[in-house]
Amino acid sequence: MYKLKVVDASKIFRRDGQEVVALQETTMQIPAGRFVSIIGPSGCGKSTLFNMIAGLIKPTTGKILLDGQNIVGKSGYVGYMLQKDLLLPWRTILDNVILGLEIRGVSKREARKRAQPLLERYGLKGFENNYPPELSGGMRQRAALLRTLLYDQDVILLDEPFGALDAQTRLQMQGWLLRIWEDFQKTILFITHDIDEAIYLSDDIYVLSHRPGKLKAKIHVELERPRREETLLSDNFISLKQTLLDLLREEPKDNGTT
Amino acid sequence: MAQPEKKRYIEDEKKRQQRMKRIVFGGQIGLGILVIVLWEVLTRFEVMDPYYWSSPSTIYETAKVAFLEGTLWDDLVYTSLATLAGFAAGTLFGSLIGLSFWWSAYYSRISEPYLIAFNAIPKLALGPVIVILFGIGFFSKVMLAFLMTVIVTALAAHSGIKAIDKDLEKLLYSLGAKRRHVFTKVVVPTTMPWIVSSLRINIALALAGTIVGEFISSRQGIGRMILYAGQILDIDLVWVGVVVLSLLSMLMYAGTVSLEKLLLRGQEPKQ
Repeated sequence: MYKLKVVDASKIFRRDGQEVVALQETTMQIPAGRFVSIIGPSGCGKSTLFNMIAGLIKPTTGKILLDGQNIVGKSGYVGYMLQKDLLLPWRTILDNVILGLEIRGVSKREARKRAQPLLERYGLKGFENNYPPELSGGMRQRAALLRTLLYDQDVILLDEPFGALDAQTRLQMQGWLLRIWEDFQKTILFITHDIDEAIYLSDDIYVLSHRPGKLKAKIHVELERPRREETLLSDNFISLKQTLLDLLREEPKDNGTT
Repeated sequence: MAQPEKKRYIEDEKKRQQRMKRIVFGGQIGLGILVIVLWEVLTRFEVMDPYYWSSPSTIYETAKVAFLEGTLWDDLVYTSLATLAGFAAGTLFGSLIGLSFWWSAYYSRISEPYLIAFNAIPKLALGPVIVILFGIGFFSKVMLAFLMTVIVTALAAHSGIKAIDKDLEKLLYSLGAKRRHVFTKVVVPTTMPWIVSSLRINIALALAGTIVGEFISSRQGIGRMILYAGQILDIDLVWVGVVVLSLLSMLMYAGTVSLEKLLLRGQEPKQ
């Protein structure tokens, strides 16, 4: 039984009378508790795929099944986090984190009580009552992810969450994310441009091709867990990186460039 | 041999700031006093004609009489209440109109040109019509103050609506939000700084609306007092009216600033 199934989902827009294929028919089957990365050049339909899974846009064809139930066009069934932290600047960190619970109708007091220990355990202790602009980019992303976690769905979509962070912070955040994933046993779908990041974090990597987006390969990452920074230097890691580089290099160049 | 002690210069930022604050505050008070003293001296030595310019001491004496023996106090209350009522109603309705544009893009785009057109009408020119419609009582003044403020606020709120981050809305929907959640948790707080930025202008506009209403036709109010004093050539009393209105305006402005702080809680007002 798969947690999440994407069955022949595609998305076509009509722009200036012309049909533009954002994503060709794509099928994915993701078991519960997996960490899955999706990698590909910009414009390969990664974000379109996420928006469909999150129920924010409707696929042109195909189905999205969560625990066997069709969730096409229904939002609120999976957690979703974007590259921008999207914290509300007029709310404190604590009140930002409980946003999902509040929408669900949990009282503010109860929600705060539930969020407090999470903030303490995952590196935001002492920042509960700060406003977002007072925090560093890494800290804000932590708050944004905890907000998604506290919303408490089994599947979490992360769209380049660390894309805007510097290399040092990014490495720290990757370790932090792995810890959270192990603690909470969520199924994670993770979009990234960064091959190292994809290998370091994932069980499986889906490679998408350039526009029109199309699923090109699925690679299983045979690396021991828990992963450490030494993992980044192991032979296995290097050879996986080679495979991925080759896959991405086969891409046709954009029109006009040689 | 003993080393000569080196002179150390440490910049004390706090001290410097406090010094600057003191000087600025002292200068502001000093300038005000200087203007009043000059006015008094120049009119007393008849460099400026005291018949037209009156003088601070005469204005003070006339005001005392008007407060204690005349109706100045009642007039002041009348004008203040009309202004505040018009301001409150205009700001509230204006905000609601502006915020309502978020609910439908069609409704918003269809009504926008009318909003701008209505804003272009000189509302004070409608004064006589308002008086005919609503009478010469309190309500016609409130109506004029209301008309002066409502569209300004609606336009300000509309700008706020246009500045909402679409990704924030998307995020809320992904958390299972309904439209009303997005409205209360994103739309209203995002728009608040825009609405607030219109408050300071509105309070002055509302006062202008009320005064014009009183000019046109009224039994009470500072505006009526000024008009009456002008007709009987009591220029000292006209000056009393102007000074009292200025003080009222300053007081309301200060009140607006506190209201802003309360509404924004840490956010900055936007233009």
